[in-house]
Amino acid sequence: MNISHEWLSRFVPHGRDAAEVRDLITAHVATVEGFERLRADLEAFVVARVVESEKIPDTKLSFNKVDDGSGTLLEVVCGAPNVTVGATYPFARSGTTMPAGFKIEKKKIRGFTSNGMLCSARELGLGEEHDGILALDTDAAPGTALLEVLPLGDVRLVIDVLPNRPDLLSHLGVAREIAALTGTALQRPDELRALSTASLALAPARGVDHVKDSGLDVRIDDVADCPQYGAAIISGLTVGPSPDWLKACVESVGGRSINNIVDATNYMLHGFGQPVHAFDATKIGGDAIVVRRARAGETLVTLDGAERKLDPSMLVIADGAVPMALAGVMGGRASEVTDATTKVVLEVALFAPRVVRTTRRRVGLSTDASYRYERGIDAAAVGQMLALGAALLAFVGGGSVDALLHAGAAPVARAKVTIRPERVALLLGEPVGGDEIRRLLESIGFACEAGASSALVVTPPSWRHDVAREVDLIEEVARLRGFDRLPDTLQGARPGTVPDHPLFTAYRRVRDALVAEGLHEVRPLPFTSGRDAGTDGADLVRVQNPLAEDEPFLRQSVLDTLARRAEYNLNRMQGDLRFFEVGTTFTAQGKALPREEQHVGVLVMGARRPVHFTEAQPPAFDAWDAKALAHTVAEAAFPGADISMVPGESPVLWRVQAGGVVVGAVSRLTLDAPVWAKPAFGVEVLLGEMPSTPIAARGQHAHAAGPARSHANEPVRYRALSVTPTAEFDLALLVPDAVLAAQVEEVLRTVSGAQLERCELFDEFRGAGVPVGTRSLAWRLTFRHPERTLREKEIEGRRTLVLKTLEAQLGVRPRTV
Amino acid sequence: MTLAEFIAALDLLAAEAPARIAAAADLEAWTEVRNALVGRQSGRLTDIMSGLGALPKEDRREAGQRANAVKVVIDDALESRRGELAAAAPATGPSIDLSMPARGRWKGTVHPVSLVIDEVVEIFRELGFTIALGPEAEHAWYNFGALNFPDDHPAMDLHDTLYIGEEQVLRTHTSPVQVRTLQQYPPPIRVLAPGNVYRRDFFDPSHAPMFAQIEGLVVDEGVSFADLKATLSHFARRFFGPTTKTRFRPSYFPFTEPSAEMDVQCGVCSGSGCSVCKQSGWVEILGSGMVHPAVLEAAGLDSERYTGWAFGMGPARTAISRHGIPDIRILYDSDVRFLDQFA
Repeated sequence: MNISHEWLSRFVPHGRDAAEVRDLITAHVATVEGFERLRADLEAFVVARVVESEKIPDTKLSFNKVDDGSGTLLEVVCGAPNVTVGATYPFARSGTTMPAGFKIEKKKIRGFTSNGMLCSARELGLGEEHDGILALDTDAAPGTALLEVLPLGDVRLVIDVLPNRPDLLSHLGVAREIAALTGTALQRPDELRALSTASLALAPARGVDHVKDSGLDVRIDDVADCPQYGAAIISGLTVGPSPDWLKACVESVGGRSINNIVDATNYMLHGFGQPVHAFDATKIGGDAIVVRRARAGETLVTLDGAERKLDPSMLVIADGAVPMALAGVMGGRASEVTDATTKVVLEVALFAPRVVRTTRRRVGLSTDASYRYERGIDAAAVGQMLALGAALLAFVGGGSVDALLHAGAAPVARAKVTIRPERVALLLGEPVGGDEIRRLLESIGFACEAGASSALVVTPPSWRHDVAREVDLIEEVARLRGFDRLPDTLQGARPGTVPDHPLFTAYRRVRDALVAEGLHEVRPLPFTSGRDAGTDGADLVRVQNPLAEDEPFLRQSVLDTLARRAEYNLNRMQGDLRFFEVGTTFTAQGKALPREEQHVGVLVMGARRPVHFTEAQPPAFDAWDAKALAHTVAEAAFPGADISMVPGESPVLWRVQAGGVVVGAVSRLTLDAPVWAKPAFGVEVLLGEMPSTPIAARGQHAHAAGPARSHANEPVRYRALSVTPTAEFDLALLVPDAVLAAQVEEVLRTVSGAQLERCELFDEFRGAGVPVGTRSLAWRLTFRHPERTLREKEIEGRRTLVLKTLEAQLGVRPRTV
Repeated sequence: MTLAEFIAALDLLAAEAPARIAAAADLEAWTEVRNALVGRQSGRLTDIMSGLGALPKEDRREAGQRANAVKVVIDDALESRRGELAAAAPATGPSIDLSMPARGRWKGTVHPVSLVIDEVVEIFRELGFTIALGPEAEHAWYNFGALNFPDDHPAMDLHDTLYIGEEQVLRTHTSPVQVRTLQQYPPPIRVLAPGNVYRRDFFDPSHAPMFAQIEGLVVDEGVSFADLKATLSHFARRFFGPTTKTRFRPSYFPFTEPSAEMDVQCGVCSGSGCSVCKQSGWVEILGSGMVHPAVLEAAGLDSERYTGWAFGMGPARTAISRHGIPDIRILYDSDVRFLDQFA
C-alpha cells in the first residue's frame, strides 16, 4: 500500500516527519518497506545567494556572482528579470540534471561564462508561474540543500499490508493507527471540507434487494454475492483536468491523473479504501442496474480493451440487458466515462470476497478494487461512502447529486469478544491494567464494556474483520504498547519430552563420515524428468502443477539428481567429482501420500587424490573405492549391524545389506559425459522411512501411545589384549574362475578355528605360471593363541587342513612356484 | 687361559676404551675405534670372547656375564659419542627439501546451508531443544487447516503451492511438524524442525522452488511472549555476535497470534542504512509468534492450559548474505569450484 505522508497528515495532523511516521508504523502496525522521497529529483539543488549582478547590455540577461557555499563565487548568467542582489534562490550547479531531464552544463553566453542556473518555480516542477526565478524566504546559508529549506518533497511510504489487515489499505485506515499512536484526533482532510453537505444529507433510498429512484432501477439478484449496492446519480458534470490537489493525491500514491471524475474515484479508493466505479449514465440500457451472475456465453470488453468470456461463476453488473462491469474487478469499456460524459451513475458497493476472488481468477485480472474486496472492506461505511463519493464527484465535476440509491442488507452486528487482563499478563509476560487495555483498544475504535470480574467485553469496529478471539485482542494490546517494550528476560524451562529424531542423528553420522572421506555435501532440487527412474514410471510421483514440464516428477533415487549435478560439472570441464546428499525420495502409493524415504547418495569419479610430486597421475576412483564408501555409509547409517556386499547384476555392482536386509546398492553410473571423463560410481543407501500417516485425528492427540522406543546400540565389550606372539603364513592359491574369493575366504575362516586373528587377501594375479581358467589369489593368515606361543607343528597342521579342505570343497590348489 | 686372565683382559679393555672413544674426532675415526673395540671381525672384545671356549666349564657363565657387562658399557659410550659427532657434523648426503608440499588429500565439505542449520541447532541445543522431523509430502490439513489457515487463504492457491494429489501438497513450510509433534508428544515441547519446503516459485536469483527452513516450537504451561523475545534475542546474540541488537515488528501468520518478525541491526552499516538493509538499518531474520490457540486445539491440546511460541527461518537466506553469494541458484548447482570454497 502506497501512503503519501502529506495526504496522511491531512487525515491526522500528527506533526511528525515522514521518518518518524515510518518508524511508528513499522513498530506498531505493519512493516514499511519503502521510503521514497517524491522530489528526489531536487536533491542536488542548493540555496545560493546573489552577491553581485549587472545587466549585459542589449540583452535581457544579467551577469551575476553567486555564492553557492563552495567558498568561491561562481559566475552565472541569468535571463530572469527579478535577480536581486542579496536575495537567495534555488541553484543548479553545472552537472545538475533538471526535473525536465536536461543537464546544466558550464557554457559561454555572449562571452560570459555561466557555471550553473538560478531556477524558477516552473523549472523545478513546482508550479506553472514563470515570472522569474524563485526567491526563497530563508535564512539558510548558501550551499544548504534546497529540500531542507522548501516544504516540498512529499514522501511515499510503501507499507507491506498483510492479508489480515485490509483496513490498512487506505489513508484513512493508516490514519486511524497514527491517531491512536500519537494521541491526535482524526479529521476530514481539508480538500473535502468544501464539499456540499447537501448531498450528504440526502437520505439514500434503501431497500433490501431492489430500490428505484429518479428513474433508475437497482436490483441485487443474490445478497450473498453482493450484500450492499449503492448507486448515486450525478448530473451536470464537466469532465476535464483535475484540480491540482486531486492530481497531487493521485500521483502521490503512484497513479496517473486521468480526469476529474476518474481521479475522484481513485481518491475514494486510496483515501477511504472504498472501491467505486463511475458509469456513463446515458450508456446504461433500460435504466436498470442488475447485480447478477454472468450467463454462459456472455462477453464483456473491459476497460483495458480485452474481451472477456464470462461464465456463471462470475458476478457482473448488468444493465437491463448486458453486462457492464465485472463486479469488484473492472468496469466495461462500453459504459466508460468519456470527455463527453455529463451524467454518471457512481457505484459504491460491497461484494462478497469469495465471488470477487473467483471472478478475478477466472479472468486472470487483479486490480486495486479486487484486491480490497477479496480481503474485505468496511461494510458499515458503504452508505457514508456513497454520499461522500457522490459529493466529491459533484464537487470536482461541477455537477449535482440527483439521487442516492442504496440496496442491500444492513451489515451483521459484530460478535463481542471478551478479554481478561490475567490472560493478557500470561501471554505477554507482564501485567497490563484493565484501564490500560481499555484505553488502547478504544484508541483504535474498539468499543469496550465491563464484563464479569475484571474482564472487558469488546465489540470490534466494522473495519476489523480479523478480530474474533481473545488472543486477537491481546495482539492489539501487545502491538499498540509496542513489542519492543515487552520484557525479554531469559527464564529457565522444563526439558521437553521429544527425543531427537533418529533420522537426524543418522544423517549427522553419515555426513561426518563422508566429509571425512573428502566428499562434498550437496543439496540439489529433487525434481526429475523421470527418464532415469529405472522403472516403468508407474510409481513416480508427479507434481500436478509443476514448475517445469520437463521435470514434473519427484525423484525416487538421490543418485538420479546427483548424476545431473555431475553432468553440470562435466559441462564445465570438471571431472574430479565427489558428491553426497542425504535427501528425500518419493514413491507413489495409489491415493495415499507417497512413501517417503531418506536416502544417502554418493557419486565419485575422477582422481582419487590430488596430484602430488610423488604421484603425478593419481589413480581414478574405481569400484573398490565405491565399495569402501558403501561400507562407510552403511556402517554410519546402521551402527552395530552386520554389513555385507552381495554381487549384483550390471549396472549394480553390489547390493548393500545391513543385518541381512538389502538397504542399497553400489553401481556404475551412465552419465551424459565427455570422452575424457573417468568412470562414475554411485552408492545409494536407505537411511530410513519418514512416515506420513496422520499421528491422530483432527483435534486429537496420541500422547497415550507412550514414548518412542530407544534405539541405543549394545555397547562394545572389551576383549583381553593378549601378550603372546603371533604366527603367520601366506597361502598362494590357484582359484578356478568359477570360484569367488569370498567362498575361499569363508573356508579359510571356518577351517582355521578361533585362533585365526586376521585373514587378508593381498594379491591377485593372472598370467605366466597360472593356468588359463584360474587366477592366483594370495592370503596372509595370522594366528594367535591367547595364552601361549603357538607351536610350529600346530601352524603346519592348520595349513595342511586348510589346503585339504579347499581342494576338496572348491577345487582350489596351492600355487607352486 | 684362566678366568682371572680373562677378567684381567676385560678390565684392561674397559679401562682403555673410554679414552679411545673420546679421542675419535669424527664419524670415520669413530667407526675405526668401534671396529677396534667391539668389531665382529677383529675387535678386542671379540678376541677376548673367543677365549671363552678355552675356560673351564664352571667359569664360563661368570666370564660370559662379565664380558657382556663390559660390552654394554662400551656400546653405551660408543653410542653417546656417535650422537655427539653426528650433532656436530654438517649434514651430508642428498638433503630433503622440506618446503615441498604434503601429500594431498581431498577435503570434504558441509553444504553452506547445512552449516547454518548446524549453528542454529547447536545454539538451541544449549537451551534444551531436540530435533523433530516430518514428511515433505504432506496432507493439506497438516500444512494448512491445522495451522489455522482460512479455507480460501491465498497461500493455498495453485500459484503458490505444489500439489501432488487430492488434498496432498509438498509442504510449504516446516510448520506441519509443529502439529505432528504436538499430537505425538505431551508438553513440555521444545523442538527444532529443520527440513526442506516447497513453493511454486520459479528459480531466480532470490527464489527457489525448494529450500531449507528451520522451525522452532515451545509449548508448556505459562509460556509467554517474553520467553519468545528473550530466547530469540539470545539466539541472535549467539549467532550474530554478543552486541547484536534485535527488534520485533508486528506481522501476520495464520498459526501465530501475536505474530512478530525479528530483525537484527544491519551488520554492514550498524543501523545507519545501506544497500544491504535497503536503507532501513535492519535485516529481517525470522518470523515468530505465540502459537495460535486454534493450532493447539487442532492437535487436541487445551489452549487455556497451554501456551507456546514458534519461529521459522530460512537458512539459505542467511547463508547467501553471510557468504556474499549473489544468486541463490549457486547453492543448488553443486559446482565443485563453489563447494571447494567451504573446505
